[in-house]
Amino acid sequence: MEHREGALGKDALTLWLVQSTIARGRVLDVDAEAALAHPGVVSVLDHTNAPILGQGVDEPDLELMVLQSTEVRFRGQVVAAVLAESAEAAREGAALVRVSYAEQDAEVEFGPDTTLEIPDKVNPDYDATSDDGDVDAALAQAEVVVDQTYRTPYEHNNPLEPHATTALWDGERLRLVEASQGPYAVASSLAPLLGLDVADVVVTSPYVGGGFGSKGMAHAPAMTAALAAITAPRRPVRLAVTRQQMFALTGYRTRTVSHFRLGARPDGVLVAIDHDVVEQTSRWKEFAEQTATSTRTMYAAENRRTVHRLARLDVAVPSFMRAPGEMPGMFAHEVAMDELAVACGVDPIVLRERNEPTVDPETGKPFSRRRLVECLQRGAELFDWAERPDDARSRADGVWWVGTGVASSTYPAKVMPANQATVTSCEAGEYRVEVGAVDIGTGSRTAMKQIAADALGVDPSCVQLEMADSSIGPATVAGGSSGTASWGAAVVAAAQLFRADHGDSPDPGLQTTASAADIPAAEDHALHSFGAIFAEVRVHRWTGELRVPRLLGVFSAGRIVNPVLARSQFYGGLIMGLSSGLHEDSYRDPRFGHVVTQDLASYHVAAHADIGDVRAEWLDEEDFVVSPMGTRGLGEIGIVGTAAAIANAAFHATGVRVRSLPVTADSFVS
Amino acid sequence: MSVQLSVDGRRVDVNVDPRTTLLDLLRERLDVIAPKKGCDHGQCGSCTVLLDGRRHLTCLALAVAQDGAEIVTAEGLAGGPDGEHDLHAMQRAFLEHDGYQCGYCTPGQICSAVGMLAELADGHPSHVSPDLTAAPKATDEEIRERMSGNLCRCGAYVGILAAIRQSAQASA
Ligand code: FES
Ligand code: FES
Repeated sequence: MEHREGALGKDALTLWLVQSTIARGRVLDVDAEAALAHPGVVSVLDHTNAPILGQGVDEPDLELMVLQSTEVRFRGQVVAAVLAESAEAAREGAALVRVSYAEQDAEVEFGPDTTLEIPDKVNPDYDATSDDGDVDAALAQAEVVVDQTYRTPYEHNNPLEPHATTALWDGERLRLVEASQGPYAVASSLAPLLGLDVADVVVTSPYVGGGFGSKGMAHAPAMTAALAAITAPRRPVRLAVTRQQMFALTGYRTRTVSHFRLGARPDGVLVAIDHDVVEQTSRWKEFAEQTATSTRTMYAAENRRTVHRLARLDVAVPSFMRAPGEMPGMFAHEVAMDELAVACGVDPIVLRERNEPTVDPETGKPFSRRRLVECLQRGAELFDWAERPDDARSRADGVWWVGTGVASSTYPAKVMPANQATVTSCEAGEYRVEVGAVDIGTGSRTAMKQIAADALGVDPSCVQLEMADSSIGPATVAGGSSGTASWGAAVVAAAQLFRADHGDSPDPGLQTTASAADIPAAEDHALHSFGAIFAEVRVHRWTGELRVPRLLGVFSAGRIVNPVLARSQFYGGLIMGLSSGLHEDSYRDPRFGHVVTQDLASYHVAAHADIGDVRAEWLDEEDFVVSPMGTRGLGEIGIVGTAAAIANAAFHATGVRVRSLPVTADSFVS
Repeated sequence: MSVQLSVDGRRVDVNVDPRTTLLDLLRERLDVIAPKKGCDHGQCGSCTVLLDGRRHLTCLALAVAQDGAEIVTAEGLAGGPDGEHDLHAMQRAFLEHDGYQCGYCTPGQICSAVGMLAELADGHPSHVSPDLTAAPKATDEEIRERMSGNLCRCGAYVGILAAIRQSAQASA
């Protein structure tokens, strides 16, 4: 982690994790003798000597109950940790720890015979099922039916900065410098298990090298560092999670299987949508990806059913990865729509226009803004869609089949409650603005400074911004594309209240703290961003190699606070979408339960050479129903639909329909 | 074991554990934190520096083997830790073209780009060079190919390419 000034002093010990080599069973013994004999090793923590966690806590989060019992719940679980004077010694020590196990049978993959359960809710709090009209009857009568299954693989967030924690225990307070998307969230999830007040766990995250969801909650390594720090008072303990360890310990996207049935009239107008999702979670902590929720909002249809079914497995706990739910769900939905367009002989853009709802199909509420059709039309213009041949496999350029494809994108606009900001007047017309949220590399600091300056009516140079510190007060996670709207609303509220209380030329030292005001109209509207993604794909006639020379996203995502930052978010989403379309695949060994592709040489992400002409545009708009700045959030929408646009373009190029991600060369060589 | 090397113009003489990588020596012992550890396995490029003038992955280099080496990190390219006012042309180009998002890959991208343009100038061909014996040109395709050892998970590739293209044109 990059925080020299935030480092907790010299003289740090290094911690190294020892992970289980079985997927289920019990630890019989942790033999630390050889490790302790290694020069530089200070101690070895295991379930016999780790500080006790979770006393008096009902249903503690098992992911954070590190080294508390002999139970092994997944392969790669932390079963010991070695503390040493140097990283070299800690790593060597970890290799010398001998763990013996009583192994039990584990279930680590789901298939046709796996027991499935419908969860109570899907992430974060959506209904697991929906059922409107009579889907089966409508499908039975529909003139055109698309009935297909779509698959997305396990994926790992892999921010380029690995997870890392530095922890210091002074006997009363725990200080953590943590690579986190939410310092306050980390403090409030660790504190109760440690038997501490939230105020006594101070988490700072001054610079963070990306997260994409994996740093959206505290994971086991952070707690392990906290435990180790408690055993070594007054010495900082540094833990750098290795890239390989991240594949077991810091969250991932579940594999999903979406069975779609679309029923339509011959002109493509939908009469029924049925989306049945099968996915997995860990047996011991539930995370149910909301794969079908966007299906409830996307297109008009009188009959619609969605359901999520979960397999509970002996595996690492899945969690947020950029656009959880929308990304895999919209891959399925948007490829299915392309299949429907082909089946009806209707242009894919026209098909989507014909199925545009006037109100939110799920709630019946009007959308605050719904400009999907405009996005599609603007994109069509920019992408020369009019030139596109109707038929698949009808354009070649030398040895390359060439095709173009489109997909819609959507992401809900969320404003998180419980954010707090403080404005303090300083000397010379300057203001200190504090909000506990973090900038994980998206440019939130810049956006918050702009918003604060705007709300105070001063130049940005007059605003000193303090962020990334849990002790500032409650602030929600940099995730769910909610940061700018949620923290910004608190900043605006604090600035307005400050002005109301203290006027335009306050004496130095006056202070106002406030939380965001509710926007009553938000309740009466459906709040979503929309976009249209266009891709050109070339498929090599002999090798099946895929290239994406052009990728375009046009978005309706509320007001853009800062065009440079916004473009970077859209590009980043589009490129991560391309990466998922072509490369990303965490292969889990069905015998042992670990991810085999657990490094960046085998878990491929998009590199420079994969990227062609990538463009992002947005429609000018403001959405004051969502936030006082008129913003809706843009971190995630770029990844949604992108892989579908690529798969659809690959179909258009070759006539070969690929229904599972990633789309790879083998599908095109027969 | 003792090694002497030059880091960003500073002479250092250190005793190192034979297991210590050059990356750990720089970051953990010498407080030179411009190179980043994204993978520790030579798979991401974030630890790239210029070693004796050529781009090099410091996570794949053992410190003991670097006696006499001259190392320039992204920090050194800017003329040292206080060098903000004296940024390297490549760094200015990254700023101008928004060649980063979180910034974690950036020091490696910048060192790699500087080293890569020198390789181009020296006439080294790449996988995409149409003619292995002709002098390669800094086309977009060449730049993308030659920079593909430097991953950017934030997907700042569009700006990175624009920055390198500008530097290549300025130095051509
Ligand atoms: S840290 Fe050296 S290549 Fe990734
Ligand atoms: S800018 Fe974040 S990894 Fe490149």
